Amino acid sequence: MSAGAGATLGEEAGTPVLALEGVTGGYGGAEIIHEVSVRVGPGEIVVLIGPNGAGKSTVMNAVLGRLELSRGRVRLRGRDITGTAPDRVVRQGVCYVPQSANVFPNLSVNENLEMGAYIRRDDFRPRMREMYELFPPLAERRRTPAGNLSGGQRQMVAIAKALMVEPAVLLLDEPSAGLSPRFRADIFRVVREINAGGVPVLMVEQNARQALGIADRGYVLVDGRNRLDGSGAALLADPAVGAMFLGGRGDAAGTGGGGTAPGAAAP
Amino acid sequence: MEQQLYGIFLYGVFLLTMGGIYAVLTLGLNIQWGFTGLFNAGVAGFFAIGAYTTAIVTSAASERHLGGYGLPVAAGLVAAMVASAVIAWGVGRICIRLRADYLAIATLGIAEIFRLVLKNEVWATNGPRGISLIPKPFEHLPEPWNQVGMLLLVFAVVAVLYVLLERARRSPWGRVMAAIRENEAAARAAGKDVERLRIEAFVLGAALMGLGGALMAHHIKFIEPNAAEPVSATFLVWVMLVIGGAANNRGAVFGAILIWTIWSTAEILSARLPPEWAVKSAYLRIFLVGLALQIILQRFPGGIFRERRFRTAPSSSTREQPP
Amino acid sequence: MIEFLNFYLIPGLVLGSIYALGAIGVTLTFGILRFANFAHGETMTLGAFIALSLATFTGWHPFAVLPIAMALTALAVLGMDRLFFRPLRHGSTIILVIASFGLMLMVRSLVQLVWGAQLRSFGQGIDLPWVLFDALRIFPKHVTIVCAALVLMLAVHLLLSRTRAGKAMRAMADSPDLARLTGIDTERVIVTTWIVGAGLAAAAGVFLAYDTHVESQLGFKLLLPIFAAALLGGIGRPYGAMAGGLVIGLVEELSTYPWIGSEALVPPGYKTGVAFAIMVAILIWRPSGLFRGRVF
Repeated sequence: MSAGAGATLGEEAGTPVLALEGVTGGYGGAEIIHEVSVRVGPGEIVVLIGPNGAGKSTVMNAVLGRLELSRGRVRLRGRDITGTAPDRVVRQGVCYVPQSANVFPNLSVNENLEMGAYIRRDDFRPRMREMYELFPPLAERRRTPAGNLSGGQRQMVAIAKALMVEPAVLLLDEPSAGLSPRFRADIFRVVREINAGGVPVLMVEQNARQALGIADRGYVLVDGRNRLDGSGAALLADPAVGAMFLGGRGDAAGTGGGGTAPGAAAP
Repeated sequence: MEQQLYGIFLYGVFLLTMGGIYAVLTLGLNIQWGFTGLFNAGVAGFFAIGAYTTAIVTSAASERHLGGYGLPVAAGLVAAMVASAVIAWGVGRICIRLRADYLAIATLGIAEIFRLVLKNEVWATNGPRGISLIPKPFEHLPEPWNQVGMLLLVFAVVAVLYVLLERARRSPWGRVMAAIRENEAAARAAGKDVERLRIEAFVLGAALMGLGGALMAHHIKFIEPNAAEPVSATFLVWVMLVIGGAANNRGAVFGAILIWTIWSTAEILSARLPPEWAVKSAYLRIFLVGLALQIILQRFPGGIFRERRFRTAPSSSTREQPP
Repeated sequence: MIEFLNFYLIPGLVLGSIYALGAIGVTLTFGILRFANFAHGETMTLGAFIALSLATFTGWHPFAVLPIAMALTALAVLGMDRLFFRPLRHGSTIILVIASFGLMLMVRSLVQLVWGAQLRSFGQGIDLPWVLFDALRIFPKHVTIVCAALVLMLAVHLLLSRTRAGKAMRAMADSPDLARLTGIDTERVIVTTWIVGAGLAAAAGVFLAYDTHVESQLGFKLLLPIFAAALLGGIGRPYGAMAGGLVIGLVEELSTYPWIGSEALVPPGYKTGVAFAIMVAILIWRPSGLFRGRVF
């Protein structure tokens, strides 16, 4: 039941790798997202942006089967995975990096990667070597418990761990949250590198400017609904998006940490 | 024949009295677990404090233990409640913030410490031999009225407690308690002093356990440290509450009397078996009560009487999901 | 001085290694299944009685039948998990605590039903101590118990640090949610956890029974010191549990030594209370344990 993403990447361009079709749902009877549709095509980087509480992470949970859906479908490479339990979604190649608590703190870096390869039956060591090439700082700290690493390095472990199975699609929940600007740039560079290797990426981000900068396409979510979508460049250029998330003009959004989500600023 | 019926009647009165005392204990646990969600695994400890307190203040002077104050039973009952409440306040002050599992372990540990104290402080408690000849209310009355009097007293206590607790449940205090149990963060955000309210519930529950212990001491006229052994008190009371229905006072009383009836009927039946089997059947009885608890937990998680809510929650069975 | 070694330190080490074995199981179930298993003490009792029956039946040394007793106890515990814990796994964990509380009484009564309530012993004859330097008296049975406990702890270490199953256990103890999202087969990890915990519990029960005697209250007497050890070491941390067990065992025995004056520091009647007192103190002031475990 291993991922085997490489084999299916060459599918006809019409089938998205991941598609949410008009998904409505929430937790405990309270609906958070309404009629949300998101598509991730082969080889794409897709970014979800929106103010706090817009339901961005909830979209991720909908894919992972952690949401009660009242309407809509979730498809992975055309196959309906709506309501499949999280561990089984993961076994089908959806690799998810949560925003926080995304590494096993008492396990060493090496062991974290090994756990990332848990569902693989074959020899995962070549893949592990690739990961250490992708993240050189980790190679020096293989035996260090992940909990003792810096925030940026922990994020690298989390991503490397998720990539151990060669995913069909990589889900990143605010990978740059809480990182210093230097690490943030590193993370976005790494995301692009991973994507260049053929892995489609769906990413939720607060740092809208940087995220859209590397994105093929983006979706803007407001109050749990699709508000806007388009290519990364088009969204960056859109004055409405600028007003909402990019802190007006200037580059404050890229470096200002929390300054990117003035939830009240919706037009 | 008439003699035998009379004997059965007396025994029935005795058993019902015990059932009523268990109802007091179960109501006490219901305040803590049912209404507030505090996992007290040391019911037996507070029971023992109440029992010993009243034994010491009401019994006649003896060289074997502290006592000779000769107070009336009513004063003994009050003293028992106060003693349990004060100790519960101390325990609550330090333990109440613990998560449920940890609170369970801590209270079990504390109950064990109480038991060690009762066993070892021989000057006050007569150690493992316990305190006997504890006065019993109405014992100067002729048979059967002494027994009936005790029964009526216990049931009067249960009735009064039931009415008061039902009132408390519907009062603003009770609603806040329910709110804390349902959503602690929200209650905190609304400015409720959650710790204080929890301690209040813990203390109140413990006071009732102390009262139950005191009534038991007067009823059977004897108390010893192993009465605080988990099998006899804590476990039974928990089973009674879970089966009757946590967070429901009617369920607590009903569960206590039902389980006690089954428990003691099984005892009567097993007494008729040959001695070798009688011992074995006592173990079997505990096993079966444990099994009944498991079945209730799995099949009827709300108990026989479900909790009565103020509002209908969307669906109480859905689990909390990660946001 | 020599009295200190003979009557306090050595018994403390023996008791400590027994507690350590029990505490590993408690800490693993608490860390991985997220609930305090009150039935763990009874698992020890069960293991000790199974070993007693096996030893009586075969006439072998209790240590020779130990592996079979461990396996049978693990099997029994897996059955209990299937019947009583697994159906409740998706609800609130506190219901699991109540279930374990009920199971504790069920197992104990079953043990009493089958084996009776009287004291039994493995009856290995008189154990004569080795006398070293004319004064130091070491009982062979104490040496075997401590050595066997060390071997088992080493086995646990190898399991946790070298095998995929062991690493998955540690991962799940760290974060069950992430473990699930990583695709780790959590039910399988739970099965492994029960097997390891029950096996070690059986061994601890047999060791204590071999040192003293077998009785139906054996496990309950061990339960609170073992909870204390697990809490001291930090929940979910097996190495902490080992250290915690040793500390609790030593403190319990050493507390009755006349440290000040000629009276025992803690009256012997309160000896068992020392562990409870330490436990309550840890819960209140340092719930993450001395070695920084998780707090749930």
